[in-house]
Amino acid sequence: MQIKSLKGLMIPLLSVIAGFLVGAIVMLIFGYDPLQNYINLFIGSLGDIYSIGETLRNMTPLILTALGFAVASKAGFFNIGGPGQYLFGWFGGISFALAFPHLPGLILIIGSLLCGAILGGIWSMIAGVLRAYFGTSEVITTIMLNYISLYFINYAIRSWLAKKGNDSSPNIVAKASLNTPFLKSITNNSTFNWGFFIALVVVVLVWLYFNKTNSGFEIKAVGINETASRYAGVNVKQTIIVAMLISGLLAGLGGAIDGLGNFQNISVSNNLPDVGFNGMAVALLASENPFGIIFAALLFSALQIGGLSISVYSNTPSEIVDIVIASIIFFVGIKYLFEWLLAKKRHHAQTKLSEGGR
Amino acid sequence: MAENYVVEMQHITKQFGNYKANNDISLQLKKGEILALLGENGAGKSTLMRMLSGLLEPTSGQILIDGQPAHLNDPRDAKKLGIGMVHQHFMLIPAFSVLENIILGDEPTKGIKINFQKAAKDIQQLAAKYHLKIDLKAKVRDITVGMQQRVEIMKALYRQAHIFIFDEPTAALTPQEIKQLIKILRALANEGNSVIFITHKLKEIKEVADRCVVIRNGKVIDAVKVSETPEAALAEMMVGRKVNLGIIKQETDQSQKILKVENLTVENHGRLKVRNFNLTVHSGEIVGVAGVDGNGQSELIAALTGLIKSKSGIIKLLNQPLQNLSARQISQAGVGCIPEDRQNVGLILPLTIAENLVLKDYYHQPASRHGWLNYAAINQHGRQLIKDFDIRSQSEKEKAADLSGGNQQKVIVAREIAAQPKLLIAANPTRGVDIGAIEYIHEKIMAQRNAGRGVLLVSFELDEILKLSDRIVVMHEGQIVGELDPKTTTSEELGLMMAGKKPVMQKG
Amino acid sequence: MSFSTVLMTVFSTTLIYAAPLIFTALGGAFSEHSGIVNVGLEGMMIVGAFSSTVFNLFCAKIFGAATPWISLLIGAVFGLLFSLLHAVATINFRADHIISGTVLNMLAPALCVFLTRIFYNGKGQTPIIDQSMGTFTFPGLSKIPLLGKMLFTHTSLVAYLAIIVGIIGWYFLYRTNIGLRLRSVGENPVAADTLGINVAEYRYLGVLISGFLGGIGGAVMAQSITLNFSVSTISGQGFMSLAAMIFGKWNPLGATAAAIFFGLAQSLPIIGGYVPFLAHVNSVWFQIAPYAITIVVLVIFLGKAVAPAADGQNYIKSK
Repeated sequence: MQIKSLKGLMIPLLSVIAGFLVGAIVMLIFGYDPLQNYINLFIGSLGDIYSIGETLRNMTPLILTALGFAVASKAGFFNIGGPGQYLFGWFGGISFALAFPHLPGLILIIGSLLCGAILGGIWSMIAGVLRAYFGTSEVITTIMLNYISLYFINYAIRSWLAKKGNDSSPNIVAKASLNTPFLKSITNNSTFNWGFFIALVVVVLVWLYFNKTNSGFEIKAVGINETASRYAGVNVKQTIIVAMLISGLLAGLGGAIDGLGNFQNISVSNNLPDVGFNGMAVALLASENPFGIIFAALLFSALQIGGLSISVYSNTPSEIVDIVIASIIFFVGIKYLFEWLLAKKRHHAQTKLSEGGR
Repeated sequence: MAENYVVEMQHITKQFGNYKANNDISLQLKKGEILALLGENGAGKSTLMRMLSGLLEPTSGQILIDGQPAHLNDPRDAKKLGIGMVHQHFMLIPAFSVLENIILGDEPTKGIKINFQKAAKDIQQLAAKYHLKIDLKAKVRDITVGMQQRVEIMKALYRQAHIFIFDEPTAALTPQEIKQLIKILRALANEGNSVIFITHKLKEIKEVADRCVVIRNGKVIDAVKVSETPEAALAEMMVGRKVNLGIIKQETDQSQKILKVENLTVENHGRLKVRNFNLTVHSGEIVGVAGVDGNGQSELIAALTGLIKSKSGIIKLLNQPLQNLSARQISQAGVGCIPEDRQNVGLILPLTIAENLVLKDYYHQPASRHGWLNYAAINQHGRQLIKDFDIRSQSEKEKAADLSGGNQQKVIVAREIAAQPKLLIAANPTRGVDIGAIEYIHEKIMAQRNAGRGVLLVSFELDEILKLSDRIVVMHEGQIVGELDPKTTTSEELGLMMAGKKPVMQKG
Repeated sequence: MSFSTVLMTVFSTTLIYAAPLIFTALGGAFSEHSGIVNVGLEGMMIVGAFSSTVFNLFCAKIFGAATPWISLLIGAVFGLLFSLLHAVATINFRADHIISGTVLNMLAPALCVFLTRIFYNGKGQTPIIDQSMGTFTFPGLSKIPLLGKMLFTHTSLVAYLAIIVGIIGWYFLYRTNIGLRLRSVGENPVAADTLGINVAEYRYLGVLISGFLGGIGGAVMAQSITLNFSVSTISGQGFMSLAAMIFGKWNPLGATAAAIFFGLAQSLPIIGGYVPFLAHVNSVWFQIAPYAITIVVLVIFLGKAVAPAADGQNYIKSK
């Protein structure tokens, strides 16, 4: 059992190491000091209480979008719709908070988060329904839905939330914010907010869902083997839709928390939010394990936050951290290479052993 | 005298692990001859031919082509030597036209452009010579199975093959298409080509083959001249032994009708697979369904268990109509099923044994309460069944994937029997498992019968059918073509009926 | 403004916006016909846009007005090199095609902006290029009454080139033996293998062509529309090209037509002001149209098996 989980850690570990090596090589090629940069990166992300606050805050949406991707993935679906679902969640959260500023704080927050999560969930469910009833590839539909959500939400912000001619909504009232004075005071005014704890609770909930509930069991079963699940009496269509709904709920919650905790408003954007794609990267690195996602999110969040300080302390462009992140996922993707190398090494050791025995 | 033979396979043995699929097989093929390779499912015919066509390498033995030792490591080697194989599952590209499928890889070109005119002309000449009717412009996905087969034959002809291997060529064909195929085989032989064709249908052998090599359990039983050997003798050689009445069946009360199927018709991908099917299974009775693979057995089981909808007809379990209920409703009504394909249908391999054992019951007490799984109960249940059914495993938390084939099958048997079904459907329940597990599974199925339940046994293993059944029905092209009493029937009679031939001698 | 001028504006704007999509969608068709799903087109476009812009900025003095055209070739070459990553990952190392494509989309902006900062003093965007692709008036053809003004005056030459490439692409895929073999490995690699066709070789060909054309697509975007490179130079055009390829049912001619249609949709917000009945339609609907149409098309065409049968499946040869 222990040996197996160790083996499961091998691929992500090797991928992370390989990814950092690629980053180092790129830096060397262009005459930057990789060691110094990596040290700056570490200090910039975890070196003081403020940086830690920022890193943890940045982790929050990563964890949630990663969990969303993982849920769909367990059901056998590649949900690339994270960015769009996150965007809808963000929009839903801010809209609710702006619409009902007179509600008591806690109810306002819960309402906003729920509104965001539900919008994200419904948006994602479209892809689930199309997949269940028409067999339409969720990869393509979620990509298309991403862009539809980008343009639609830009439009919605301009026409419904922002003052005429503005590209941003007003800020939400202070009592709707997850970034409370208390948390600010203990993290040296960082954007660290209660969302982080919500995300941790959700990690536990998702783990419980997969390991302890009928519905989670069905999603797992359908994801592994649809035919056998149908034979065993599972309602496959319904399971697919539920999986995509939950997946979108989680990404949407990520967006709502970022809205309430980090941005306090929502603005028009030219590009899809990176966090949707990075959440996918986190889930892939963690092999979709809910607790693994915490660690993978910490790594990627630290890279992103630390990356900001790389360019402060040297003239190395901060995009180097995105190169590292992409490389890590590239190596996760070609894990067959590692498996092959490890198998070859084992084979080598075995032949040596048997030769020695002669 | 090797130079007389086009193909000579000498002492071929093929071993998979400890299992010898082919054991010291030798056969010869003469120029212009049609040689039938006869044997039951799993006798080792296809393995032998896959070696001849370069898809597998023999463990030992030698293959001579036109008198020369041949190294067949790749299908391309076989192509160079003029060997063309018509696979049972065609190697065609449905989205391509017939013409494109034929020339793919050997296209005539004018510059970089494919010379479609030249290709069409060449193919039409070949088609005329062999009376092969094909529509070159049609897409392969739109043509009949019979025409797809002609396309496969044309692919081999186009590549100038002179040795043709046909793997179960009639399995998916209609009677009319079979007649046409037999004409084509004759034409091939008359033009000086040599043909090996794998089959277990006796009638076709009589009609088309010159000689017949009978294989059983990986060994050659005999090579005979077809004209001098009666069909009954061929059947006897294929099946092998006299009926084994090893199990003494105890008397049971068979008064209750457990399953009643009336006029059931089932379609699969637009093809009629079960036609006006009628069947009754009584309490305390095992009804064996014998038949050659692909005659509608899979579709019958799928309809009975709710995996596909039937087109028309009635299915009743103790007077409760079951047709077109969901799989879960049917299982709740009391139908258990040991499916044909244990790894892809019966089990979810990456899940634990305990989880697999509750695959049909995870959603209700005691495995689950208010939507929450109770793993303590699930694992307890798993441990109990592992003990009761002698499943060899390290623990109930071991993955089903890590078990041997026999023990995987025991997990399914345990799950289905522990649910105490009124009707148990068993489809090839012992396919590919070791002898110990076979005996054990047979015992468990027999125990169900003795406990007064109904059992429907669908199997390609004649031995199994003869040994367990109280009644045997033979299924051919989606219908029951005859009913036999295992106590009085002979393997010849069964073999003939399975091949679609009505018994000549009527039982009194 | 006269009616014919409005039409001219509509047609030329449509073609200008369609050109990058046509090239990239064609690239996607080649890759997917060989059996490799390509959601990494966006990344390939980014690399093409970046490399062509840098080349243009460095070499405009040497090549003068020919610079943008040479830049296309540079973009193509770098797009091809970049697509090698996808080919190696999916064909040799059995990576999931979607994961690998997504990595390209993550890696390309990171790498290109990284290099931009290095080349241009830490700035995240390049200066504006001096030599860009302007509009082109066909001598002779433009004299045809009405049609000449509509189609051949102040229009996009590179778009016409793209359409020609579309026709050549169709001819290549459906009329040549290399095309037939390339499609065969995307439909049924096992069958192709039994006929002596090297599956990996043809899949490489498909992916590399997609990198080449995707690189051109990105380059066209930079040389004729944005005129510089930044992280938002390519913002969804790769995915829109993917959509065009699907809308065009994986057929190069269909993809070309779909890309022109999407080009029209993209240009509508710009020309909407000139066209009376469009002026009241909010531009968001034009922006959303290509993506929504693709979903509808996918749902309607289900079951007709338009995608190559083995698209996305890794081929593992058994011994």
